[in-house]
Amino acid sequence: MTTAAVQTPFQRIATDFARSRLAIVGLLMLALVIAIALFAPVLSPQNPYDLAQIDVMDSKLGPGEKSMAGKTYWLGTDDQGRDMLSGIFYGLRISLGVGVLSTLLALSLGIVFGLSAAWFGGKVDTLIMRVCDIQLSFPAILIALILLAVLGQGVDKIIIALVTVQWAYYARTVRGAALVERGKEYVEAARGLGLSSTRILFRHLLPNVLPPLIVVATVQVAHAIALEATLSFLGLGLPITEPSLGLLISNGFQYLMSGKYWISFYPGLALLLTIVAINLVADQLRDVLNPRLQK
Amino acid sequence: MSPVLDVSDLSTHFFTRSGVVKAVEGVSFTLNAGEIFGLVGESGSGKSMTGYSIMGLIDPPGRVVAGTIRLKGEDLTGYDERRWQAIRGNRIAMIFQDPMMTLNPVLRIDTQMIEAVLAHHDVSRDEALCRSREVLVQVGIPSPDERLLAYPHQFSGGMRQRVAIAIALLNKPDVIIADEPTTALDVTIQGQILYEMQKLCRESGTALIWITHDLSVIAGLADKVAVMYAGRIVETGAVDDVLDQPRHPYTHGLMGSVPANNPRGRPLKQIPGMTPSLLSLGAGCAFRERCDRATDQCAAMPALEGDVHAVRCHHPHGARP
Amino acid sequence: MLCPDANIRNMTEYIIRRLMQSGLVLVAMSVLVFAGVYAIGNPVELLVNPMADEAERARVIASLGLDRPLWEQYLTFFKGALTGDLGKSFVFNVPAVGLILQKLPATIELAFCAMFIAILFGIPLGLWAGLRPDSIPGKAIMAGSILGFSLPTFWVGLLLIMFFSVQLGWLPSNGRGDTVNVFGFEVSFLTADGLSHLFMPALNLALFKLSLIIRLTRAGTREALLQDYVKFARAKGLKASRVVGVHVLKNIMIPIVTVIGLEFGSVIAFAIVTESIFAWPGTGKLLIDSITSLDRPVIVAYLMIIVTLFIVINLVVDILYSVLDPRVRLGQAQGQGGH
Repeated sequence: MTTAAVQTPFQRIATDFARSRLAIVGLLMLALVIAIALFAPVLSPQNPYDLAQIDVMDSKLGPGEKSMAGKTYWLGTDDQGRDMLSGIFYGLRISLGVGVLSTLLALSLGIVFGLSAAWFGGKVDTLIMRVCDIQLSFPAILIALILLAVLGQGVDKIIIALVTVQWAYYARTVRGAALVERGKEYVEAARGLGLSSTRILFRHLLPNVLPPLIVVATVQVAHAIALEATLSFLGLGLPITEPSLGLLISNGFQYLMSGKYWISFYPGLALLLTIVAINLVADQLRDVLNPRLQK
Repeated sequence: MSPVLDVSDLSTHFFTRSGVVKAVEGVSFTLNAGEIFGLVGESGSGKSMTGYSIMGLIDPPGRVVAGTIRLKGEDLTGYDERRWQAIRGNRIAMIFQDPMMTLNPVLRIDTQMIEAVLAHHDVSRDEALCRSREVLVQVGIPSPDERLLAYPHQFSGGMRQRVAIAIALLNKPDVIIADEPTTALDVTIQGQILYEMQKLCRESGTALIWITHDLSVIAGLADKVAVMYAGRIVETGAVDDVLDQPRHPYTHGLMGSVPANNPRGRPLKQIPGMTPSLLSLGAGCAFRERCDRATDQCAAMPALEGDVHAVRCHHPHGARP
Repeated sequence: MLCPDANIRNMTEYIIRRLMQSGLVLVAMSVLVFAGVYAIGNPVELLVNPMADEAERARVIASLGLDRPLWEQYLTFFKGALTGDLGKSFVFNVPAVGLILQKLPATIELAFCAMFIAILFGIPLGLWAGLRPDSIPGKAIMAGSILGFSLPTFWVGLLLIMFFSVQLGWLPSNGRGDTVNVFGFEVSFLTADGLSHLFMPALNLALFKLSLIIRLTRAGTREALLQDYVKFARAKGLKASRVVGVHVLKNIMIPIVTVIGLEFGSVIAFAIVTESIFAWPGTGKLLIDSITSLDRPVIVAYLMIIVTLFIVINLVVDILYSVLDPRVRLGQAQGQGGH
């Protein structure tokens, strides 16, 4: 396939996407969040986890207040004197990173299992689908909690939990789409040419299964981020050395009643904006990529 | 005898993002009591839309833009939803094509029949139930009391359609509009239902508009027929006149392509080309692309000319001497 | 039409089949839970109180049979499970099962109230959004539902506390209010104090489900309106209120009821977060506390009870569905009774 042939569908998608102003807003917000996450160390006024840079005397200052040295804390400080803005930047980085990584891993697992189920059919299909069904009939948070209770804390354990919770959904989506594609003519044609199963699966089937997958994956990143935040908030998520937004919110929770809302509120706001941005983009993507709405 | 239904110059347009679809354009006909009127055409010809227009069931982005509809002298055009509700199911009733989909699958038959009565008459539930039983017998459904307690999926296709017909008869309407009611049914059932509807209408004096794409159905059933193409009536007249001596090239082509009219062993005659999209109709006769009698004159829309047997064509087939 | 006896026979067969299936799943889950707690990692660490000394440790190991082959251990576990004995809590030193059952009513009360709010507001709002999707309220409802869907529950809880407790000082931010004994259960929604404690957590828990129900109802309504039976109902001259209130509503209720039933189980699970924020004394809070304090018997007991609850709910919903939909209940009887 030449690059020229690939450009046009992409251009079409891009123009269709741009039709919704809300989606553009979402996309811009998302770009901002990603930029912050990527460049957090450069953008933050302070590295909040470098003990040399924080001063306990500056703790619990309100938004916009200044430190003794004249530095302005735009969003205030927390109970350790750490700058909230920097904390949020770093937190975004971790939240987004964990969310995206776990989604990608779950996606890969889901693709492998979903394609296998659709391609081989029979007992393989039944087995994989039964496992999926049972897993999906339980709420994600329950499964994640139990896994963490058994495995303990740590970044890798969180990612394992997130992946375990998500893979079944992808596997089901992939299987569904793959079954539809499998019945189509181009697959028969490829088999007639004697191409191997793997080649057919990955070079022919997969690209056609991708559109619904992209939509699902985008929404799932938001869910993964929210789930990780919830787990961290409950104290079962990421350890204190890798503070995600959930942990920040949890830290600030105790100060809510005494009016120092910013320690919890602003990280929460950052989380909210990220999730909303992702959902806006995903909603529009879903409409754009839906073949039935193409007229 | 004054007509029961007088439709004059009816036009219904749909205002879509891609343009204006003139689904019905300048349609006129009259209907007398007990008369059976066939409205024939392909899908997209506007025949169903004509039926909906007469019931006030055109929803946005569609609208009746011109013409009058007179029911026993009462002018229905411009009625608001509330006044239409009083007419629908009461003085004009409709039967749809697929009875499985038109009867609500989760409601009992008696519920669906009683509500049709109670919507228009201030009677007790028992009286409504009584009336329901009456019409079920009228359409030939055995053991009506059992049937009333059943759900639609427990009936066969033919029975369901009879129930739909019964519902149409409940309030003794002046006009029944039947939109392809037998298309989804078995051929043998089709014949039965046709015969029974004819009998019912003659007996009760109800006028019937039978919408179909199938000419053979009209032949044995209707008194008058109108052929529609691309939203307009192109030929109309008494059934025997139109079917024996079709004057419009389209009707001529339709009659010619009926398998019974074709000699054995030869390929079926077909009308060449396809129905035009209603979005891109030009100014002239809509059939001229497919017509072998078309000339430059056909670039102007012909008017519907003729008395009893009318045709909209510049070069109609001649009447036999 | 099918004779009534056949119908009853079919239903009973169906119920028995589902019961057996559920039993199998339960056993499978018990094996999984057992494997997770007893086989992975050091079971001694998991079950013996970390404060115990050597002698105590040896005694517990022997009494729990941890020095026996695995399958024997499972059988003991299984037997214990059947009699309701799943060990004692490390922290409270009372039977774990009893502890959970004690806290369960509080959680169920919270879950019921949340579902109640979600249904009470969700269905009418969803109907409106489905009937008039392009109106301003219609669009606002949809936008609101997206928000309710994407906001993490704990963050909303935070906001609620900030607003109602801190800023306005109207509602208490934690704990459960005064309770009244009804049929042997302590319920708090019958007292004013109880209600003031119940309101925020129930609202918090309801938000996600509310959005879900709104979206479901809206989608169902939009689809139903396109169906022929709606056209036919209008052609009969029925009033719009009847067309929507009877014809449309009855059709969309069936899938909605099934979803609501299934979601009830997840509401109980989600309650974990809400209970933590509002310090609501239910099983969710107990679970979190147990995880942080490594009180494993309680975790195991919670799992088993929740799984059982889920399976029971699924079973009930399945049966309910087949009862509600007349097409399923009475079976297809095409061509019976002549034309």
